[in-house]
Amino acid sequence: MQKSNEWETIIGLEVHAQIISKSKLFSGASTDFGSDPNTQVSLVDAAMPGMLPVINRDCVEQAIKTGLGLNAQINKRSIFDRKNYFYPDLPQGYQISQFTQPIVGSGTIQIDLKDGTLKKIGITRLHLEQDAGKSIHDIEPSKSYIDLNRSGVALMEIVSEPDIRSAEEAQEYVKKLRSILRYIGTCDGNMEEGSLRCDVNISVRKKGEELGTRAEIKNVNSIKSIGQAIDYEFKRQTEIINSGGKIDQETRLFDEKKGETRSMRSKEEAHDYRYFPDPDLPPLEIEDEWIDKIKKNLPELPDVKKENLINQYKISSYDASILVSDKNNAEFFDKIINENTKRNPKNIANWIIGELFALLNKNNLEIKDSPIKAEDLGELIDYIEDETISGKIAKNVFEEMFKTKKNAKEIIQKKGLKQITDTDEIESLIDKVLNNNKDKVDEYKSGKEKLFGYFVGQVMQETKGTANPTAVNEILKKKLAK
Amino acid sequence: MDLKNINLEECLKFLKEKKISSKELTTFYLKEAEANKDLNAYILLNSDNAIKSAEESDKRISNNTARPLEGIPIAIKDLFCTKDVLTTAASKMLNNFKPTYESTVTQKLWDAGAILLGKTNLDEFAMGSSNETSFFGPSINPWSKDKKKYVPGGSSGGSAAAVSGNIAIAATGTDTGGSIRQPASYCGIVGVKPTYGRCSRWGIVSFASSLDQAGPMTKTVNDAALMLDVMAGYDKKDSTSANLKKTTFYKDLKNKKKLRIGIPKQYKNDQLNKEIIKFWELGIEFFRKNNCEVVEIDLPHTEYALATYYIISSAEASSNLARYDGIRYGLRKNSENINDLYEQTRAEGFGEEVKRRIMIGTYVLSAGYYDAYYLKAQKVRSKIINDFNEAFKMVDIIFTPTAPSDAFEQGSKIDDPIQMYLNDVFTVPVSLAGLPAISVPMGLSKNNLPLGFQIIGKSFEEDSVFSAAKIIEENSNFKRETEK
Repeated sequence: MQKSNEWETIIGLEVHAQIISKSKLFSGASTDFGSDPNTQVSLVDAAMPGMLPVINRDCVEQAIKTGLGLNAQINKRSIFDRKNYFYPDLPQGYQISQFTQPIVGSGTIQIDLKDGTLKKIGITRLHLEQDAGKSIHDIEPSKSYIDLNRSGVALMEIVSEPDIRSAEEAQEYVKKLRSILRYIGTCDGNMEEGSLRCDVNISVRKKGEELGTRAEIKNVNSIKSIGQAIDYEFKRQTEIINSGGKIDQETRLFDEKKGETRSMRSKEEAHDYRYFPDPDLPPLEIEDEWIDKIKKNLPELPDVKKENLINQYKISSYDASILVSDKNNAEFFDKIINENTKRNPKNIANWIIGELFALLNKNNLEIKDSPIKAEDLGELIDYIEDETISGKIAKNVFEEMFKTKKNAKEIIQKKGLKQITDTDEIESLIDKVLNNNKDKVDEYKSGKEKLFGYFVGQVMQETKGTANPTAVNEILKKKLAK
Repeated sequence: MDLKNINLEECLKFLKEKKISSKELTTFYLKEAEANKDLNAYILLNSDNAIKSAEESDKRISNNTARPLEGIPIAIKDLFCTKDVLTTAASKMLNNFKPTYESTVTQKLWDAGAILLGKTNLDEFAMGSSNETSFFGPSINPWSKDKKKYVPGGSSGGSAAAVSGNIAIAATGTDTGGSIRQPASYCGIVGVKPTYGRCSRWGIVSFASSLDQAGPMTKTVNDAALMLDVMAGYDKKDSTSANLKKTTFYKDLKNKKKLRIGIPKQYKNDQLNKEIIKFWELGIEFFRKNNCEVVEIDLPHTEYALATYYIISSAEASSNLARYDGIRYGLRKNSENINDLYEQTRAEGFGEEVKRRIMIGTYVLSAGYYDAYYLKAQKVRSKIINDFNEAFKMVDIIFTPTAPSDAFEQGSKIDDPIQMYLNDVFTVPVSLAGLPAISVPMGLSKNNLPLGFQIIGKSFEEDSVFSAAKIIEENSNFKRETEK
């Protein structure tokens, strides 16, 4: 085993985020996902002779929004460049991108780590570019098919500074970035559909030494893969150096099935993309007024939301960060508390993070598809607080609600789950139980105090769990002490 | 009535007065074009559809709903995409290509009532100065005689030959570094390269996007103004098109302008043909006679313009022509291997000159060479633009020869690219600066070939260019050969 604490991993991420927009970056064609092949293709996307790109204002606005969400500088003048290479799913023979002067400059995002610390990760830049089409090689053995639906769709490439030091940080960075994009509605962040893709730049060094040679890992397309790819690369690179070898600067591909990276092309084989300013597109000029207007209408960002939750509702930092990690979680919480501000915020948070997330995860559902709506959970929590039902019963009711989509009131009534708080009633129930178990009462009195729990259980069984547990405990203690 | 020598203005008048019908006119020009096939000016004649369109125009004329160019048959350089009509760019690569769309400029012409007569020959992808790089063989200068074949110039050589040879009343061309002006000069017609951004580039097969500009090629200055008014205009589909108010060049030509004329001293070099200098001085006299002030101006970076132009235009072309890969349309040479498919397709589809430009362009953009070539060329381009800006503080228009010589013989320069490129020495600085310029015929060389002169204007001030061109036209009294 290596002493991995001697080593430091230097990681920078390039994230490609597909912009939410009705039409493509430079053409009027639709961006519908999952349409039949080659049905969302304009003459521009197919690079017919004489066709020219025209920038889509909505996509520019989305990039500005994102830039503001990343606390980044918005460049009032940016340039579109052509990145030249031949590939059948790249109809123009070049990708329109931004090279020397991107629309968004440096910014930062803050990540929460498991040990409770916060860390700032620098953003180098964000630029706009077109996506390529899709090559499909597995329909026929001797032919490839091209689907240009994705050709020309707007992407934001978001490049981080090499500030990331571990797989956890990388994963938290992508989660946080995805959360910001979702909050402001500029990318749906769906990694499975490929609307968020990630390349990892990684090198290792002994602490305090010069930077090592980096490898670029492509095709890392889930949070899990990011962790696996980094762990694998760390191991690979440190092993090479430990055995006296040298790291090659190269592009590697992550194999999701094997959890490994493998060499794709070396530095010598790297493309010369011959970037130059696209003469079909004048420089992109953005006025201050436009930026100000977007700023004014920018939705609340997760960091701000988190602060508000902590300050206003005294929720723990950890719970708050979970609640804000997904815009829908926070909205779910807000709905419950706003419906009745007397509700206990901590209880609400516990129910969402604990019970609700557990059932959602078990059933592979997202919070937006939850069978229990916010108002129904609010009602359930109210029944606990006014002691209509006990916390334990509430869990059963909750499960029933999740299964049947019925509300708490209906389930409580139908099943007679209303809590018995009347002490006389409880007392007579206890008497009944003690009378039926005289032998156990004697055992208890002779020192087998563990049996106390047994008596409680019997009372609860009699009442199907509806007896107020505190009252049961108190009365039972008194009776047994006699 | 002499339909052969008729110009656009006269044509419109006769049509309006119903002295001829559009059908007669169109039929006559189709027949003339057929009869003069040896000029090789057309790649395709729109025979059937042109007659149909002419009949519709005649209806409109008879019920008084005629549009500005109603019933006029016009030749279109085969670089403009025309819906459902073969558009080849004179390349084997697009030998079979029929666009499903119409270029903005040609659509404007059809919307004004003009009729597509045919698609004219050009240098392949507009790369050339002699029309000799066309996949369909060279077009011939109608002034050729005594078995000597002269080039019509290029790249819009077919359009120039068609107008000059009286097998079109007017034509469109495109100009990247002189492709309208030089052939206009060689063939003794009027050719206008408007300000960059004046006409939409949408639907014109791209050569060099930052330079390409469409323009009219006509028999007279009036005709050119009339036609440019129709062709020009903002197009939201072209991000480089200028959003300005509708032009009225033709109407404004009636008001003579008092102009200050600039003569760039750098253009008068020792190698320049004596007879060209003689005509130049004659032109200066014409301006003086018309109360124009003539001053010498300085364009200090002129000598770098040609190199700058060939770096920038080739760089852009190398990227613009990457789309011709055999995947979606045009020529395709099948292969088991994708790189091989590209290589075979492009090796066979492109001619030598196009390949040369792609290689130059790829080279100047390559890592390690970009700064020394492309970036430096862009810097020089700024200096050239600045030269013109400074000069135009003192003058309204600049007067120069269009080309350093009259038309040359076919085959005499095709193997020497440098000699060929030198033809563009007076036209490329204007293109780099995006300025409007016209070529107007002034007289004949000792070889009995036309010589044209160039008038350059300030950005978006084509009106001054037309005004000055009228002075040259009226005073030089140039007669096209067939009129003599």
